[in-house]
Amino acid sequence: MVKAVNNTVLHVADVHKTFGGLHALADVDLAIEEGKTHAIIGPNGAGKSTLLNVIVGKLAPTRGTVVLDGEVLTGKSPYEINQMGVARVFQTPEIFPELSVFDNVMAPAFAKRDGSFKMNMFKSIESEKAIADAAEEIIVDFGLDAMINTHAGALSRGHKRRLELAMCLIQKPRILLLDEPTAGMSRHDTNTTIELLKKIKLSGMTKVIIEHDMHVVFSLADKVSVLAQGRIIAEGTSDEVRANPKVQEAYLGEAQE
Amino acid sequence: MFNISKKDAITFLLFSIVVLTMPIWLAPLGASYPGLLQKFAIYALLAVGYNILFGLTGYLSFGHAAFLGVGSYAAVWSFKLLSMNPVLALVFAMVFSGIFALAIGFVSLRRSGIYFSILTLAFAQMSYKLAYSVLSPITHGENGLQLTLQDPRAIDLMFIERGSSLPVSSFFGIPMNGYAGFYFCAIILLIGFFIAQKITSSPFGMMLKGIKSNEDRMNYTGFNTKPYMLTAFVISGMYAGIAGGLLSITDPLAGAERMQWTASGELVLMTILGGVGTLVGPVIGAWIIKYFENIFSAWNESVLHGFFSFLPDNIESFVVLISSKFVGEGWHLTLGLMFVLVVVFLPGGIMEGVRRISAMFKKNNDAEKEVIDPDNIPKSTSGKGE
Repeated sequence: MVKAVNNTVLHVADVHKTFGGLHALADVDLAIEEGKTHAIIGPNGAGKSTLLNVIVGKLAPTRGTVVLDGEVLTGKSPYEINQMGVARVFQTPEIFPELSVFDNVMAPAFAKRDGSFKMNMFKSIESEKAIADAAEEIIVDFGLDAMINTHAGALSRGHKRRLELAMCLIQKPRILLLDEPTAGMSRHDTNTTIELLKKIKLSGMTKVIIEHDMHVVFSLADKVSVLAQGRIIAEGTSDEVRANPKVQEAYLGEAQE
Repeated sequence: MFNISKKDAITFLLFSIVVLTMPIWLAPLGASYPGLLQKFAIYALLAVGYNILFGLTGYLSFGHAAFLGVGSYAAVWSFKLLSMNPVLALVFAMVFSGIFALAIGFVSLRRSGIYFSILTLAFAQMSYKLAYSVLSPITHGENGLQLTLQDPRAIDLMFIERGSSLPVSSFFGIPMNGYAGFYFCAIILLIGFFIAQKITSSPFGMMLKGIKSNEDRMNYTGFNTKPYMLTAFVISGMYAGIAGGLLSITDPLAGAERMQWTASGELVLMTILGGVGTLVGPVIGAWIIKYFENIFSAWNESVLHGFFSFLPDNIESFVVLISSKFVGEGWHLTLGLMFVLVVVFLPGGIMEGVRRISAMFKKNNDAEKEVIDPDNIPKSTSGKGE
């Protein structure tokens, strides 16, 4: 069992998840440290997405707990967990396709400021200067300003991904979870995303990143955990993990075939 | 509270002009008589309120007729027990339909999609059946709830003597029938339209649209969608209750048939026909359906003979034979065909047609400039997914 050290932000403590007879996660123990980028890698079906789903409250673990800054997340609903500072980027971008890019970024800012529910139905959106300015700033930062009034559904996949990242970051989350942020992207788009994520890294935000692409993992992660068949089989820096024969057998070997 | 964007202000101004001049521009269409004008205003209000739920959140309620019915009964009881004042009746209609919507919404909103629709339908049909049976002391069952000479009318009778004929609802001396009744309904419609505009352009409205667009993302973004949905449901139920109250104010007789599911279905048709999610669309849908129901259904073969009299005799009688199936009793057929055409070719309803035409004009004007106006991209209003 990993001991939660002082600078641990998110602690996944002995989490177990079974679907019928299938052990999707078995005794998973992870300590995500403040300001670090923690990558979780593993072959298909290793339980990576299940782990994220348990953290954000989409799935309840069969046993074990998830703790954020000393507060237990297990048993809370996704919106409560987000309000506590967990933001997630999905494998296929989850945005509001019918809303404009601007509204897509404004909505999370409202959630951050007003909490999970507020009946502000007689104020106009235009009068919310502070939120509009913050949204515009982040849209410019992410290079989406040319399409600020476009419906988000009309964006390219790469732009949708960037928009989703902006939606998460405007909330200044305590921890950002990224589920294969470069899945299905061209080499060029992947590199742009890596640059973007490196920029976020400089800001000191704590991140958990699930990734298939080793190029992405090794250029971003401070720490790597390898998940195989629901268990963590290795943990360490990129170089340590790369050198680990168990990992090569379970994952890297397969990928290099 | 009263500040709205310039675009909304223009829409509101134009809408007010169109509504208030209805007696004039509906005259050539043969629809300018008070009874029908009142219905135009009342059903427009109902559709505006329904759109707050269905148009903004995408949740399809099949039970809004129940709130219309509750509003009608509440208003008639307010007449019977307290006063013939229409404002008091509307307050009663609003409060009771609001409570009723809160209860039904609380249970129905535990599910989404088709299950939500079925739950609302079930509740509405239960209310309809109860109104005929167990609740007949309140609803007077098949006879319908109406005024009698012996009604207590506690507040009114403190000031005036009991008359020898049935009273009519009056707003400080102005009787609420005829054109005065229409203008009363029209003003309530304009207030309702203004509030709907405010809600649509508020952060709250943005969250409702977010729920329609991607409810999961709303949850992961930190919003508790349940209270948002329930608030929208209750507001839209209150609109229906007020519409029901207005029906009773202009004609103080409330019957259970108003709560039947066909009435809810008609409301869905109005909204889709006009344009889901737009402010004006549902109003246009309501007007078209009410026009068809009341005017088109009265056309008969002699009207058609007059219409086609320019044709040679044998062709004329053939054309009349065919077209007579689509008018009079057959108006449902015409409406059904129209509905199919709109849904297939203009999934955004009549408002999408309007948008396409105005976009065409804009394009012609801006042809040399070649500017792409991002506000001008047709919105997808065709329900949930992409």
